[in-house]
Amino acid sequence: MSDHTVKSYDDDLASLKQMLAQMGGLAEEQLANAIDAIAKRDTKLADRVIAGDEKIDALEHQIEEKSILTIAKRQPMAQDLRQIIVAIRISADLERIGDLAKNTAKRTHAISEQMPRKLVSGLTRMGNLAQEQLKNILDAYARNDADKAILVWRSDEDIDALYNSIFRELLTYMMEDPRMIGPCTHLLFGTKNMERIGDHTTNIAENIYFLVHGKAITEERPKKDSTSTTNYNLTT
Amino acid sequence: MDASTRTPTLSHNPRILAERETKIVAHDVNVYYGEKHAIKDLSIDIPDRAVSAFIGPSGCGKSTFLRSINRMNDTIPSCRVTGDILVDGKNIYDRDLDVVQLRARVGMVFQKPNPFPKSIFENVAYGPRIHGIAKSKADLEEIVVSSLKKASLFDEVKDRLDHSGTSLSGGQQQRLCIARAIAVNPEIILMDEPCSALDPIASARIEELIDEIRQNYCIIIVTHSMQQAARVSQLTAFFHLGDLVEFGDTDEMFTTPKDKRTQDYITGRFG
Ligand SMILES: Nc1ncnc2c1ncn2[C@@H]1O[C@H](COP(=O)(O)OP(=O)(O)O)[C@@H](O)[C@H]1O
Ligand SMILES: [Mg+2]
Repeated sequence: MSDHTVKSYDDDLASLKQMLAQMGGLAEEQLANAIDAIAKRDTKLADRVIAGDEKIDALEHQIEEKSILTIAKRQPMAQDLRQIIVAIRISADLERIGDLAKNTAKRTHAISEQMPRKLVSGLTRMGNLAQEQLKNILDAYARNDADKAILVWRSDEDIDALYNSIFRELLTYMMEDPRMIGPCTHLLFGTKNMERIGDHTTNIAENIYFLVHGKAITEERPKKDSTSTTNYNLTT
Repeated sequence: MDASTRTPTLSHNPRILAERETKIVAHDVNVYYGEKHAIKDLSIDIPDRAVSAFIGPSGCGKSTFLRSINRMNDTIPSCRVTGDILVDGKNIYDRDLDVVQLRARVGMVFQKPNPFPKSIFENVAYGPRIHGIAKSKADLEEIVVSSLKKASLFDEVKDRLDHSGTSLSGGQQQRLCIARAIAVNPEIILMDEPCSALDPIASARIEELIDEIRQNYCIIIVTHSMQQAARVSQLTAFFHLGDLVEFGDTDEMFTTPKDKRTQDYITGRFG
């Protein structure tokens, strides 16, 4: 899109986008480290993730302030206004993603050294998928690429499907060995965190679509997390 | 006139046009000042009982088209208008049309408030008197009071109707001009940048006034304030270099304009 007559208006919007890119980068890093920390039961790394969340929170506030100031100064219209509203919304999703990474990292402390490695592999797979989705959606945002956003939005199904299978897997371990109930519960919550990160990523996808097209995605996305309605016969 | 021959200029299909009766139909209108081609093949339907805003860069022809709706362009010797402009289905450029009568039906408010150097009362009473609208002195007084009330000026001037119109503040003068326009029972009110000489509070009062009276008139407002157009109008027309580029529901024009030129203009990207 061509430039504004008032140059500093372009600077305002560019710096908003830049802050968001920075926030996205931090969220990616936090997520990667959280997955790593829990997989390797690296409590030092986990603590770094926990401490690092502050930076993401601070950026969210900066984006909010910059947005409000830009609206007040420029009275943005059309795509410019959407750019700002969408920045506010995406920063809220990134902030939540940061929280979920932090929450996952925290669980590293609760999982004992002796836990069989294979138990963590499900969470790692989920985490990698969530990470990839996040990377793709940040890429789509940087390029205003609504088509790519839609692809990410559709592929949230994969995360949901994987979550459902890991949920069953962990339940099976717990039934086989009740001593595993403690760590498996943490892994289950961690896995659920990844599923929710996937949901925030789809929110971001919807916002990118809205930013570009000025309307909501109308397509119906197939649903998805069936674990809340799954029955397990624990006696068998 | 055969509607099917009309060049489509609507990028949107304005909902408001479907809901309201059409008051003004312009068909293939061209306006020239000598060699200068100021309005090019313009076709538009303007609804009754709604506010339509004309926006666009200076010199794009907003005032020219506005003036062609009450044949004010007739007073400019070099100016030539072709095409049809119909009000309630009647071509206002027909030979048998009484221009004085037309201007009573199509009132106009200008950028600079221009009250007559007469009393507030006389400013409003003038029109009804020359058009023979008032049957008696009491009737005339009634018209003046109700017009001042409709223009939300009455409370401020009721104790000094004999004071000169020019003694009022800019905002009050502009409302006096609106009262003067309303006094002859117009059907259409044309406003050419009515707030550009006013401070923000006086502008807000004019906007409020437009909002109050819009149910009863077909109002067209030319404005340079995008925010004002977005606030007061239901339809917006974007002009550029004599072309009507896009005409649609105001809500859509300011959120999802279809034409790149409209988008660039409303977002402040016009070079
Ligand atoms: N009386 C006139 N004589 C010659 N040219 C005119 C006259 N009035 C307007 N124009 C020209 O016609 C074009 C449209 O002007 P106008 O309708 O006043 O634009 P706007 O109201 O959108 O600023 C401009 O190029 C302007 O210079
Ligand atoms: Mg003008």
